[in-house]
Amino acid sequence: MQIKKNIAVSETGFVFDPTSGESYSINSEGQEIMVLLKDGKTAEEISETMCAEYEIDKAGFEKYFYDFIGMLRQFQLIETED
Amino acid sequence: MEKKQFERPYIKKLQAGMPSKFGMKSRVEPLTHIEDNGVGDLIKEFGSPLFVISENTIRDTYKKALHAFSIRYPKVQFAWSYKTNYLDAVCRVFHQEGSWAEVVSGFEYDKALGNGVKGSQIIFNGPDKTDEDLKKAVENDSLIHIDHFDEMYSILALSEKSGKKPKVAIRVNMDTGVYPMWDRFGFNYENGDAWDAINRMMINEKLELVGLHSHIGTYMMSTNSYKVAAGKLADLAHGIEKKYGVHIKYIDIGGGFASKNTLKGAYYPGTDTTPSFGEYAEAISSGILNSELDPRNLPTLILETGRALIDDAGWLLGTVIANKRLSSGNRATIVDVGVNLMFTSFWYEHEIFPAAPVSEHLEETTLYGPLCMNIDVLREAIAFPLLKKGDHFVIRRVGAYNMTQWMQFITLRPNVVLLDTEGKPHVIRKKETMQNITEQEVLPGHLT
Repeated sequence: MQIKKNIAVSETGFVFDPTSGESYSINSEGQEIMVLLKDGKTAEEISETMCAEYEIDKAGFEKYFYDFIGMLRQFQLIETED
Repeated sequence: MEKKQFERPYIKKLQAGMPSKFGMKSRVEPLTHIEDNGVGDLIKEFGSPLFVISENTIRDTYKKALHAFSIRYPKVQFAWSYKTNYLDAVCRVFHQEGSWAEVVSGFEYDKALGNGVKGSQIIFNGPDKTDEDLKKAVENDSLIHIDHFDEMYSILALSEKSGKKPKVAIRVNMDTGVYPMWDRFGFNYENGDAWDAINRMMINEKLELVGLHSHIGTYMMSTNSYKVAAGKLADLAHGIEKKYGVHIKYIDIGGGFASKNTLKGAYYPGTDTTPSFGEYAEAISSGILNSELDPRNLPTLILETGRALIDDAGWLLGTVIANKRLSSGNRATIVDVGVNLMFTSFWYEHEIFPAAPVSEHLEETTLYGPLCMNIDVLREAIAFPLLKKGDHFVIRRVGAYNMTQWMQFITLRPNVVLLDTEGKPHVIRKKETMQNITEQEVLPGHLT
């Protein structure tokens, strides 16, 4: 799972996709996950980082994480694996 | 180090478009307390979902309405509309404030008697009054509002048997300039049916015609329609006085005042468009005062306002069951409150608030109820905060009709609590149990 390389993620909660020209707003949790994904972290590593920082357990995080990935896929911000 | 509160990760496409011309806040403020009671605490003690009714709000709203009418018209009497909310505790608050009872069935009539309302202060409306109901109403000197000729002749027959002269009013329907015109109840003004009913009654002399009644519709946004209705009833009263020398004791203008809820498809929110009690009062009182009626001997003005007196006093507390995405990518939130408890969600876009502080992020969401039924939708599209499973929320202005039109369907109905004038919660209707439902069932022998 990899965020497209040219996607820009700002620290202030905005995402820009130069391919489509679309902009997105994200909350701080979403922004952190996108940065970690861009850094090439695995789902497991992201879960550990987020659970250490936030009031959430691994099982709770997992369902929101995969839901979020679903949204990124919906907006075509994730590299398709072929 | 203390961990940060987790909000579910969120991403939303930014769409350039017209800015909101209303300049409404895009942020949803939480509603954490209802009169000093924490929403979480109430749910912990009484369960979720939970209806909460504020006694203070009922009393304050009633006083505002009474004041608005009393400063414009000399004789005003409210009659609490039982069908709007007939929980005994609610009815008794209105009766303590001075309201009579307005009922539309034998069941509601008995409830009013049970609440200690004098028979002579019960207004009996509606198209379905059985002979037994009518007999009781005649014996108790209640005010029977006649809906059709069949009913009139039933009452005449009863009066012959009992030797009493029943106190009656006729319900009059009329064109007040609104569409649709409610002509299924009562006798029509324009085609002469109303006069026909009055003439038969006056010539017969077995009934005492004490009042004239109309109820022009529900959620009426046009105050002028009330002015027209009040004027037409006043003209009828004047005509009766001239023709028969009989003074009509009251004009009952019914109910139908809008609450501040927003109707589906409305352009502006209800909070901006709903007429105030003062505006309704101005229209109705001027309709009567500008008529030919003698100002020194005016009939009492009776109001059967329900919705506008109780809607604001009710909240429904609930809990998020789950979040999911639909095939379109749109967000869906499933909550434990459905159309079984929120009948009014079929026609209102209810305001819904999170019960705890949330970030400024809002997501376009469909709010689904818990029923396994496709039509169980609380809000089709609402900009809603990012609530998680187990988070609580509050639906505002649910006091009218939901606690009478609710359904025992798929799930059981929850507790209803009343916050007294000190803010202390009291259960006024216990949540249903399996036994409440099954004790009404009877198994035939071959299935036991």
